[in-house]
Amino acid sequence: MYAFDIDRPKTIADAVAALATDEAQPLSGGQTLIPTLKARLAAPSRLVSLAGIAEMIGVSRQGADIRIGGATTHATVAAEVAASYPALAGLAARIGDPAVRNRGTIGGSLANNDPSACYPAAALASGATIVTNTREIPADDYFVGMFETALEEDEIVTAVTFPVPQKAHYEKFLQPASRFPMVAVFVAQFNDGVRVAVTGASNGGVFRWTEAEAALSANFSAEALNGLTVDGDDMISDLHGDGAYRAHLTKVMTARAVKAAK
Amino acid sequence: MPKDTGIGASTRRREDVRFLKGNGEYTDDITSYGQAVAIFARSTVAHGTINSIDISVAESMPGVLAVFTGADFADVGGNPAGWLINSRNGEPMKEPKRPVLAHGKVRHVGDAYAAVIAETEIQARNAVEAIEADITELPAIIDVKAALTGDNFVHDEIGTNQCFDWGWIEDNRAATDAAIKGAAHVTTLELVNNRLIPNAMEPRCSMATYKPSDGEYTLHTTSQNPHLTRLLISAFVMGIPENKLTVIAPDVGGGFGSKIYHYGEEALVLAAAKRVGRPVKWTSDRTEAFLTDAHGRDHVTKIELATDADGNFLAFRTETYANVGAYLSNFATATPTFLHGTLMAGNYTVPHVYVNVKGVFTNTAPVDAYRGAGRPEATYSLERVIDKCARELGKDPIALRRQNFIKPDQYPFTSAAGLEYDSGNYDALMDKMQEVADTAGFAARRAASEAKGMLRGFGVNAYIEACGIAPSNLVGVLGSRVGLYDAATVRVNATGNLSVMVGAHSHGQGHETVFPQVVSEMLGIDPASIDIVHGDTSKIPFGMGTYGSRSLAVCGSAVVRATEKIIAKAKKIAAHMLEASEADIEFKDGQFSVVGTNKSVSFGEVALKAYIPHNFPITEIEPGLEETAFYDPANFTYPSGAYCCEVEVDPETGKVRVDRFAAVDDFGNVMNPMIVTGQVHGGLGQGIGQALMEAARYNSEGQLESASYMDYAMPRAEDLPFYIVDHSQGTACTHNPLGVKGCGEAGAIGSPPTIVNAVIDALQSGGKNVTHIDMPLTPHRVWSAMNNA
Repeated sequence: MYAFDIDRPKTIADAVAALATDEAQPLSGGQTLIPTLKARLAAPSRLVSLAGIAEMIGVSRQGADIRIGGATTHATVAAEVAASYPALAGLAARIGDPAVRNRGTIGGSLANNDPSACYPAAALASGATIVTNTREIPADDYFVGMFETALEEDEIVTAVTFPVPQKAHYEKFLQPASRFPMVAVFVAQFNDGVRVAVTGASNGGVFRWTEAEAALSANFSAEALNGLTVDGDDMISDLHGDGAYRAHLTKVMTARAVKAAK
Repeated sequence: MPKDTGIGASTRRREDVRFLKGNGEYTDDITSYGQAVAIFARSTVAHGTINSIDISVAESMPGVLAVFTGADFADVGGNPAGWLINSRNGEPMKEPKRPVLAHGKVRHVGDAYAAVIAETEIQARNAVEAIEADITELPAIIDVKAALTGDNFVHDEIGTNQCFDWGWIEDNRAATDAAIKGAAHVTTLELVNNRLIPNAMEPRCSMATYKPSDGEYTLHTTSQNPHLTRLLISAFVMGIPENKLTVIAPDVGGGFGSKIYHYGEEALVLAAAKRVGRPVKWTSDRTEAFLTDAHGRDHVTKIELATDADGNFLAFRTETYANVGAYLSNFATATPTFLHGTLMAGNYTVPHVYVNVKGVFTNTAPVDAYRGAGRPEATYSLERVIDKCARELGKDPIALRRQNFIKPDQYPFTSAAGLEYDSGNYDALMDKMQEVADTAGFAARRAASEAKGMLRGFGVNAYIEACGIAPSNLVGVLGSRVGLYDAATVRVNATGNLSVMVGAHSHGQGHETVFPQVVSEMLGIDPASIDIVHGDTSKIPFGMGTYGSRSLAVCGSAVVRATEKIIAKAKKIAAHMLEASEADIEFKDGQFSVVGTNKSVSFGEVALKAYIPHNFPITEIEPGLEETAFYDPANFTYPSGAYCCEVEVDPETGKVRVDRFAAVDDFGNVMNPMIVTGQVHGGLGQGIGQALMEAARYNSEGQLESASYMDYAMPRAEDLPFYIVDHSQGTACTHNPLGVKGCGEAGAIGSPPTIVNAVIDALQSGGKNVTHIDMPLTPHRVWSAMNNA
């Protein structure tokens, strides 16, 4: 780690102001950034902590939707939405380990958009809206690519709103070392159709499997996936599995998510 | 009722009180006044020529006290190999120098070529980044077979990448070849024993101090064998007189072999402490541990098993390429040879065995002994090829093994690989295994698995290993450059309590609990009055340390011998106190009595008399009550076992789940069953980790792709089943006083083939003609094998 200064603003406005200074970088739960700093792979001169901003913490209802503050930890989400959106609670409850879940935040995860993160699958499959200090971004427009989002420089994820599906489930196949998803699929059934989001698999980051969505919208059963194939060409290939394997797992995990959806 | 103290009692581990309360004291916990920090500059390329290293900027940076490069150590000795191996043609192995810091070339990613000593860690790291190293990258030598062709050498001065080409037993080669040629059936298997990274919980750490007033050095370091480390530093590397160097290994958080060896960082902090006149500490970070701790295994092997038409074993022939890495670590040459080749007859009456091992230098981290050290490699090759043979012959895998087992009336048994097994009963182990594992119920469990869409497989193996490597006279003939005895001093203090100084080092084994159990049983005194002292060369006799499951069999035997001397002397003192003849003194339950009378004195009274020798036969007996014994075993000990497991394979994903695992071991007599069970659990965890998850993977450029826990898969509790562990079938070792054999490595030796055999069985049951998958059997590998079958 290199030496740095840190700001701890109490309001979104103060955080935005602090981020305007040169080289300032936002710090949320730090579950990615802190290890990166420790390895001297990043050298920001100033960090702006978002962890103490009360208006960014907590879970509330916003009409039929669930609104989750950007600085809300995974553990809080797991506890607070257990009744209202069990599939989302189940996802949050199985991110990393207890230390990660009590530090890591939903806003941090979505802003980082790690191709193997869990939350992007939930946001995309739910058709969530990413709320920032300047605008609201539909999930379909938010995820741009691996570690890339529609966020502008110094734009902060202040909240995320989730429509609640009739049925949903998140099925995760673990990468054996990191225990991040090697492939994980979030299936959400709404009145007007089914959404299927896949994380861990693609070089392009989280994506919607639209063929499966069409098939499942017509017939919400695992059998509806028979005959569908996933293209492995642009899938991640690494020590733990090649693209063909991840493509195969995408279908297996989707089928299991459909079977388990409730 | 089970005993709660003494030999055979499951006494709770006394050391756990401090560990569980966070009161352990590890090297990094020890801070000396004025302590400075050492940080190393390490190569980011696997192979390169060092053209120049410019340290001028680094030296002038804030807080920097000194900067070292390889040139500073050009005149000191190299870190030696502890075992001389001669090749089949009679030539000695190649021993290129292993310097403190790389000089001339860097030879693996992580190879240290410079070090900065600074006031703080941040200052040292900043200065390391300012070192300008001009290094011309060379093609990396990674593949062990390709390394033996061409003219690109890890060490240019030896003109080859072959360290040795060893044959065991060379005189058996022709007969083995002939037996295979004429056999009714030959099973051939090519396999890779995957390279592992030890991953001790505590990374390496070394802290040196130097007192210019009397020229004395003290090195606190993470070592399994402080005397051996001191000997290597004094006699080979730095020339510090042994009596001017104290090496202290305090609490050590796991070793698994990786902390047997002397590493350059230890020499660097010693040299730095003298140059800067301050204590200097280096603490490895986790990345350095991945890149520079000695790795384990890494064999590429072809094994053949010849049988007659009835399945009687006729011959095993093995050809192995053993990766030794970029430099020879201290036991890198012994591990793939004598600790592997000599076990290649297994538990079997096979008449012919021949093993050829080629040690190969590559641009990877040094490879050396890791929990099991050579024996896991032997067991894996044997028990995999036997399983494949059983399948080819259509025989039950348990029956085929039983058919070829050495029988209980054949001991002592000289194996075709040259060892003399002293005791064992492999059929009894297999009987017990079948009972405790309920192998009869497998068919029903398989049906239940299949009903839910899973494939279930059963895997079995029998292993034998050799612990307590010895005797010194023999290993000396075979090339060992050290003796393999151990030592203990029993000091009875005047007030009657005991300090027992031992050469073995405890870093998870439980010596602090078990050695007192033995001594208290012998002396009839409270074990709580016995304290074990270990790890400090200024306090303990010269012992060889802890590895190879040797502590109890070798050092424990020394403790017994020293305690016997105490009893013998105490009897003399008691005889004087009781005004009786020594021959009439009986010692029982801590009391010395005159036979046939009610006259007695307690052990404590005798101890007091020894130190306050009033009315004492001073011309016949010296005062004091302290004895030392060195114990050099007559032979190895030979633990053996029968293991089996059941796995479920998810045919959709290839994921393997270990559902049941039974380990039945013959450890000889057992001193503390609870600790033995714990040792087996730990070994099984590491063995199952090797079988299913762990792999150190270098790419063709020599970059370690699995250099963090993001990519190096360690087993966790959820990956492991509840184990059935049994050690009721022990046959006592015939040549050490406790009749013990050693239990530390067994689990890691016996479990990998058990798991792989079970997975193959599962896939075969699903109609997949898969005969082998190389470890680790990751979901992707299993799924791919199924798809390609």
